[in-house]
Amino acid sequence: MSVKSSVPFNGTAEQEAKLKEVIAKYKDTRGALIPVLHEAQDIYGYLPLEVQVMIAEGLGVTLAEVYGVVTFYTQFSLNPKGKYAIAVCLGTACYVKGSGNIINKIQESLNLEVGGCTPDGKYSLNATRCIGACGLAPVLTVNDEVYGRLTVDDVPGILAKYSD
Amino acid sequence: MELVRSHVLICGGTGCTSSGSEVLHEEFDDMLVKYGLDKEVKVIKTGCFGLCALGPVVVVYPEGAFYSRVKKEDVEEIVQEHLLKGRIVKRLVYDETVEQNDIKSLNDVNFYKKQQRVALRNCGVINPENIEEYIAVDGYQALGKVLTEMTPEEVIDTVKKSGLRGRGGGGFPTGTKWDFARKSVNEQKYVCCNADEGDPGAFMDRSVLEGDPHSVLEAMAIAGYAIGANQGYIYIRAEYPIAVKRLQIAIDQAKEYGLLGKNIFDTGFDFDIELRLGAGAFVCGEETALMTSIEGHRGEPRPRPPFPAVKGLWEKPTILNNVETYANIPVIFNKGADWFASIGTEKSKGTKVFALGGKINNTGLVEIPMGTTLREIVEEIGGGVPNGKKFKAAQTGGPSGGCIPASLIDTPIDYDSLISIGSMMGSGGLIVMDEDNCMVDIAKFFLEFTVDESCGKCTPCRIGTKRLLEILDKITKGQGTLEDIDRLEALCYHIKNASLCGLGQTAPNPVLSTLRYFRDEYEAHVVEKRCPAGVCKALLSYVIDPEKCKGCSACSRKCPVGAISGEIKKPFVIDTTKCVKCGVCMETCKFGAVVKK
Repeated sequence: MSVKSSVPFNGTAEQEAKLKEVIAKYKDTRGALIPVLHEAQDIYGYLPLEVQVMIAEGLGVTLAEVYGVVTFYTQFSLNPKGKYAIAVCLGTACYVKGSGNIINKIQESLNLEVGGCTPDGKYSLNATRCIGACGLAPVLTVNDEVYGRLTVDDVPGILAKYSD
Repeated sequence: MELVRSHVLICGGTGCTSSGSEVLHEEFDDMLVKYGLDKEVKVIKTGCFGLCALGPVVVVYPEGAFYSRVKKEDVEEIVQEHLLKGRIVKRLVYDETVEQNDIKSLNDVNFYKKQQRVALRNCGVINPENIEEYIAVDGYQALGKVLTEMTPEEVIDTVKKSGLRGRGGGGFPTGTKWDFARKSVNEQKYVCCNADEGDPGAFMDRSVLEGDPHSVLEAMAIAGYAIGANQGYIYIRAEYPIAVKRLQIAIDQAKEYGLLGKNIFDTGFDFDIELRLGAGAFVCGEETALMTSIEGHRGEPRPRPPFPAVKGLWEKPTILNNVETYANIPVIFNKGADWFASIGTEKSKGTKVFALGGKINNTGLVEIPMGTTLREIVEEIGGGVPNGKKFKAAQTGGPSGGCIPASLIDTPIDYDSLISIGSMMGSGGLIVMDEDNCMVDIAKFFLEFTVDESCGKCTPCRIGTKRLLEILDKITKGQGTLEDIDRLEALCYHIKNASLCGLGQTAPNPVLSTLRYFRDEYEAHVVEKRCPAGVCKALLSYVIDPEKCKGCSACSRKCPVGAISGEIKKPFVIDTTKCVKCGVCMETCKFGAVVKK
């Protein structure tokens, strides 16, 4: 993970005001950093350096501490997600049912690495831990939509739904 | 309370929500209005029924008709036929429940027959977003009894007598843990709940939280009274949005009813619970790492002792139990420690919930008395391995556990028997594998996971697991030697002995247990350069059986690299130097002429 995001930061004043509210709300809570980061990520969609600086100053902790926590946890992202965030479950139940082949197929089809985002910002691809829908294995999600009981042949059809 | 003649229970667990149960709920509401039944029939969103493979699941009471894989279009038929005219729609009912022209009780169906639902007692029965439904099934009665009739010592004695052991994996006796924390003197203590279920392929805790959140809150308050704490934290995965939402609703409702907060039951006992969201780090399932994370830092473990019962969260005495452990607590007080101890085996009491997944017909959530054999779980409850394939092994304990081979399928499942055969109970993931799964590949899969999740604090785990993975990778590529297998085994023991926390100490288990039972597969990769299950790509080649090939050219037209050539109506040939082993030819061939070697 690099310190600087590949996409230029363009946060709005409105987002900043929201973040300040969140920081004020948690200011006196013990162990506030992680809840603040969660809410900041909801506001901005990701946690670029500029946002980390605001949080560090707001909570009175060092930037190193903030950056250390952000990079430790996989839920926090330094890069924005695509318009369509594809996540393929690589939990054990999905893996033994062939989700490895499904993620390969998506990588090939979109020419996209796991963890990456297409240059037009349209698709991002992630491998996720178990999402708990093991009864539907193998499973992938696009934004909040869940697709289950997949085979490799289902991939082109799913991607076609998100071509706009 | 309004009286209704029928209840429609729609599963709102994650499996069923993912397969569209929310839409069904809306459709039922609309259709009931359309047919004028909305005053007579009540629709309830419940927790998980367990049989996720058949989701979305809808159960209609009083008949107990179990509708499976229900689609939006089916709803009108159920409303019109079943609810209006009283005729069960047999076409949509789970076929195992249909017996000649009658509907059997769910408890007689193979999937449920051998199960005993203790921790999951309310899942799929009550509406988890309504505290009154929990109270109606004896909810908060145990807390009332504990606070008004029992001393903290009696509470701990009862838990000890029940024989309950931690359901998160370690199997430490719960009562003893509470006793340690009780005896630590400090004006501030904490009760924590581990709901950071990170084991891939396991979703027991999520189902309890989604289906019966109040049982966890009630148990935490009981624990608080027992050890002398008035603050609880639930550390829950952010990946479980439904569970987070329902827990928050439950906490708010409990506070409103005075069952959490100040002066509970007028006894002067205060207890409050806060939610803390995890952020996707497997190591945070380790108790000291979890507490470090609640404190807002990188979730790295620290050496023990001091144990959390002495110095835990913010350096205060703390107990940490997992969700399923807590879910058992209220029942122990309602039905008695003797009742609980009568279930299970000599040293493992009660039941265990397993998330049954992988190559099995009935994937889903099952709760069985300790001591049930693996065979009963796989063949009877799970309905066997699909597509007529052979059962090869079951994996329990996730990345910390091991494989149980087919030869040990009659092993009774409890803490000690699993340890003795080189696996562990773990939190309850149970993944079934068939002859098409390569055991070296499975070991590699788990090591990829632990390498990714090692927090990096201690060297044996950070570097050791990486080296293990490299050796495994070499073997699956056909570049391994017999010395590599020995080195692999030796390194496993070094990592186990030298790592700081449970993650590193158990990370080599998947390798050790597959080496123990499937050493021949490792040797086949190394000596014969062959993957017996046909999984490891580097060791595979696709060939066309000239006897079976009809020369239709379908495979050669589909081949992405043009590796297949031949004359129409004569056997085709695959050029193995060009072949990328994608397997498209094998899927395309209608005659079964393409084979993996």
